[in-house]
Amino acid sequence: MMAKMNEIQDQLIEDFGFLEDWEDKYGYLIDLAKSLQPLTSEQKIADNVIKGCQSTVWLHAKLEGDRVRYQADSDAFISKGIIALLVRVFDGQTPDDILHGDFYVVDRIGLSTHLSPNRANGLGHMLKQMRTYALAFQSKTQNA
Amino acid sequence: MKGTTRIDWQAIRADFPILEEQVHGKPLVYFDNAATSQKPKQVIDALVDYYSRYNSNVHRGVHSLSQQATAAFEATRRKVQLLLNAREEAEIIYTSGTTAAINLVASSWGSLHVEAGDEILITGLEHHANIVPWQMLCERTDAKLVVAPILDNGEVSLEAFAQLLSSRTKMAAFSWISNALGTVNPVHDMIALAQAAGAFTLVDAAQAAPHSEIDVQALDCDFLCFSAHKMLGPTGIGILYGKREVLEPLPPYQGGGDMIKEVTFEKTTYNDLPLRLEAGTPNIADVIAFGTAIDYMQNIGLANIEARENELLDYATAKISQITGIRLIGTAPEKRCVLSFMLGSAHPYDVGVLLDQMGIAIRTGHHCAQPVMDRYQIPGSCRASFAFYNTFEEIDRFITALQKVQKILS
Repeated sequence: MMAKMNEIQDQLIEDFGFLEDWEDKYGYLIDLAKSLQPLTSEQKIADNVIKGCQSTVWLHAKLEGDRVRYQADSDAFISKGIIALLVRVFDGQTPDDILHGDFYVVDRIGLSTHLSPNRANGLGHMLKQMRTYALAFQSKTQNA
Repeated sequence: MKGTTRIDWQAIRADFPILEEQVHGKPLVYFDNAATSQKPKQVIDALVDYYSRYNSNVHRGVHSLSQQATAAFEATRRKVQLLLNAREEAEIIYTSGTTAAINLVASSWGSLHVEAGDEILITGLEHHANIVPWQMLCERTDAKLVVAPILDNGEVSLEAFAQLLSSRTKMAAFSWISNALGTVNPVHDMIALAQAAGAFTLVDAAQAAPHSEIDVQALDCDFLCFSAHKMLGPTGIGILYGKREVLEPLPPYQGGGDMIKEVTFEKTTYNDLPLRLEAGTPNIADVIAFGTAIDYMQNIGLANIEARENELLDYATAKISQITGIRLIGTAPEKRCVLSFMLGSAHPYDVGVLLDQMGIAIRTGHHCAQPVMDRYQIPGSCRASFAFYNTFEEIDRFITALQKVQKILS
């Protein structure tokens, strides 16, 4: 049984809460990046690239039963850390939870001013792309 | 003012209120001057003064405020004429910036001079603003865009440039200083070569005007353009210089108020230069404040500014070269103000985000010059760009911060 989205987010907030300064927080974000399972070269294709980021971010999604499985990668550590955070929260959830759940972790880990959706890091684009997949899978599961 | 004199740079720095700002709790180090310069309080005050005391439309009103606004608005034109050593004020056209100036030329001059089979020659160093308007012209007319390649060190190959010129070349358009690499192009030679081939010439001086003395009569180019916001002035105002004989036959770029002599529904007669190319209510406040910016620069003296900025660049280049794994992008013998680099295998985006955490603003990415990045096979670079109000201490902080970034990303 997968942990619920909010439990995962609360755990991340707690983990980041132990880190006092920006160096440690970014260090942790980079660690998250490094822990992400790498994409295969077949998955690193133009169709999987998320537009609007200053770095290249790839996102691959598939449906397993009623759950969405995400895999992602980036050529920049910080973008990869951000998408890793998103994967941590959304991977293994149902399309419905992904579309309607509350995504609050970024605002609460002390990096929100730096990771705001307006910035060139493309957090907003990443989130949108993940939800677009969820929407596509939702109609698939409903039709099944 | 010729030659360098002793200047109190610390006092000059105090004129720029924003340099007192803190970012993430640390004093701001602003090294993104090639994107836009900061503004001295004199320029900010000029904007407030205009809107507070004599805001009014220009060229039309008989009332005192309009006359005062018109006088200040036209005084800037005179200042720009003198700054460039242009023959007359009518050769100075206000635009919204360098991009708008090049679009004006590509559109108006292009419609008069370019047809199928003709060629426009640019270089591999250009900003998108000096690529895309010409591509659009070529698409409209079936002309061909020709690109003079750059060498490994970031210099334009003058040999290739000369070879690519022919009787088909209608326009040679090139930057004076590259925004992505800082390379100073041999514009005098390039203009002479283009003229010998019978081509018109346009110099994109967006990165040159903030840092160098410009004499358009000595250059003898047909067009030259730049933006006020990169040289202490406000955003939204730029200059197109054109020789009178080249500007005179141009069809208007846009129609509207101010550019006409007489309008009936049957026919409109157009105004004289420069107003013929300036349709609509212009950017009055920013033009006036740009005049203040020019005064400010000339008070310091462009020769002094150039000398100071060269010292900053030399210092930064020497310091950064000592960092292991640094790769400088663009190592032309003649460079100005721009330090483009890769920090080992680190993505420029990561470097930019982490430097920002330490209060240091640099630019990362392709710098609106994607073909230059492609030439070096990099996704983008880190770019620190300097202005005279920067300090050697700031460069030291930047170097220390880079070493810290290296550690975090290792």
